[in-house]
Amino acid sequence: MKILVALKQVPDTETKIKVAADGRSLDPTDVKWITGPYDEFALEEAIRVKEAKGAEVVALSVGGDSAKEVLRNALALGADSAVLLKGDGQGDAFAVAQMIAAYAQGKGFDLILCGNKGIGGDNAAMGPMLAELMGIGQANVVVKLELGEGTFRAEREIEGGSEVVAGALPAVITAQKGLNEPRYASLKGIMAAKKKTIEEVDAAPAQAIAVVNALALPPERPAGRLLAGEPAAQAQALLQALKDEAKVF
Amino acid sequence: MILVFCELKDGKIRKPSLEALSEGRRLADAAGTSLGALFAGASCAGAAEAAQYGADVILTAEGAALGSYSSDAYAQVVADAVKAKGATVLLAGATAMGKDVAPRAAARLGAGYASDVIKLSMVDGKLQAVRPVYAGKAFATVTFTSAIQVASTRPNVFAAAEKAASGTMEALPAPAGDFKSVVKEILAKAGGKVDLTEANVIVSGGRGMKDGANFKILEELADAIGGVVGASRAAVDAGWGLPHSMQVGQTGKVVSPTLYIACGISGAIQHLAGMSGSKFIVAINKDPEAPIFKVASYGIVGDLFDVVPELTKAAKAMGIGKG
Ligand SMILES: Cc1cc2nc3c(=O)[nH]c(=O)nc-3n(C[C@H](O)[C@H](O)[C@H](O)COP(=O)(O)OP(=O)(O)OC[C@H]3O[C@@H](n4cnc5c(N)ncnc54)[C@H](O)[C@@H]3O)c2cc1C
Ligand SMILES: Nc1ncnc2c1ncn2[C@@H]1O[C@H](COP(=O)(O)O)[C@@H](O)[C@H]1O
Repeated sequence: MKILVALKQVPDTETKIKVAADGRSLDPTDVKWITGPYDEFALEEAIRVKEAKGAEVVALSVGGDSAKEVLRNALALGADSAVLLKGDGQGDAFAVAQMIAAYAQGKGFDLILCGNKGIGGDNAAMGPMLAELMGIGQANVVVKLELGEGTFRAEREIEGGSEVVAGALPAVITAQKGLNEPRYASLKGIMAAKKKTIEEVDAAPAQAIAVVNALALPPERPAGRLLAGEPAAQAQALLQALKDEAKVF
Repeated sequence: MILVFCELKDGKIRKPSLEALSEGRRLADAAGTSLGALFAGASCAGAAEAAQYGADVILTAEGAALGSYSSDAYAQVVADAVKAKGATVLLAGATAMGKDVAPRAAARLGAGYASDVIKLSMVDGKLQAVRPVYAGKAFATVTFTSAIQVASTRPNVFAAAEKAASGTMEALPAPAGDFKSVVKEILAKAGGKVDLTEANVIVSGGRGMKDGANFKILEELADAIGGVVGASRAAVDAGWGLPHSMQVGQTGKVVSPTLYIACGISGAIQHLAGMSGSKFIVAINKDPEAPIFKVASYGIVGDLFDVVPELTKAAKAMGIGKG
């Protein structure tokens, strides 16, 4: 079995967002970059399949040189090989999907694992787009995955519960928190990863068709008000304010 | 035409779909075009209601094989409908199903896609969308170069407003089967409560709740004021038996209720990211220095175990949440 894991390099969740001088992108000063938190679940799942039934795990990221860090980490965690598709990995999800599809087509992957969302861009779109471009099935926001002979059965989150999606492999599965508990890299893994080479390939040209034209910070929230007194008085004052001032009730 | 993919539940159009329809109507008027509502399923009974929300045409793809949701089959139905009607804009509510089918249909159409949008406009005949990025720490304005533009609308942001239109019914062909992935079973839990992303009032608990069993007092408050219960990641990860679906924040749900009550939540940047789009925020925390107070519309410095039951009591006494 051959598994492709798509990993996106994203700004750390602690990042204080500053808009760059161009008015449309993130000011990269002081931004720490990490592997997408949901992509970690995707990678962990691939490694578990490999451990349980044997598989070749290929880690892939679309991006610039800095994305190698994500791939190096994936190798340390247990990916067999890593591919950097050199291209814009932070822009339009459709462009990224086209680049990954062009690379993966014909390479015999049985399973493609992604995060359900690359935090930051928050598109939650690349996986389903990739599945469509490759003409294969999908299960999105998955919290449990079982593989059969050429089939999959996945539990995915929906409003107020979950649903079971079944289908044929190959398929695109996008990971949600709960799918597994990602491991930490071992020292041995980290040392071994240093010796492996990351294959670098120019991504197929793909035009972004949904483009961010402006990036703005949310308006400051108006100053709030503290409610004084004993708990009963505070409770009374709060509900009265929500009713009369905020008109929530 | 502006086309809206709509979901039915128990013969009624789901609220996020009504919101998308209403916004679609507004855009169609602005662009001088018509509004179509698209339904798919084994039965589309109830689709006619779309006329009350401004649909000029109601398209139904009915077929036994569509009785269970399939990403690839529904994406095909949606893309075929867009092409058949020459629609230039496709909208769907950003629900579990909408977020599954819309990007896939967009890829099938070679159309640009903006997810979870909170504001839409038509500029020179093309869609322009505003959407939160970095989990709401910033807002991006997205424009499209593709002929067809696709967006999913974030629940609870656009108003569902009745506006009658002709609603001419039209049946579409439905694919017969042989789908790549299909829903086999729905494992419902949590008594059919409204999902956090669609809730108007959320009462959330954090590490300050001390134990999962204590969430009972939040349930009681939520019941009294017509809300649902959420949690911080610290609470979800504490091993108190709270499901991840309750988590609000950058790696949980991004919510936009009218009222968000944070109980025993400090207000870490990842939590704020998920809830700072709430219209009104109430913070209940015993630490007056907790960062949550910086975003709170109303703050109560105090012990939540004293304050929350008083709130429930007062809400009942005042008859709040009873219409
Ligand atoms: C990659 C990453 C992703 C993350 N994603 C999320 C996310 O999606 N959502 C999220 O919430 N967090 C997320 N976090 C975690 C986040 O950084 C915080 O750790 C978390 O939000 C803290 O939760 P808390 O406020 O419940 O707990 P704490 O920070 O421990 O705060 C508890 C609060 O309760 C108050 N308190 C205690 N007892 C009482 C009492 N009796 N009455 C009143 N107040 C009391 C305390 O004063 C304190 O302010 C993420 C972190 C990382 C690294
Ligand atoms: N530049 C990228 N390189 C590799 N994988 C990506 C990239 N962008 C997105 N993905 C994958 O697609 C998922 C969803 O991303 P997005 O649609 O951008 O939210 C991510 O969790 C990754 O698994």
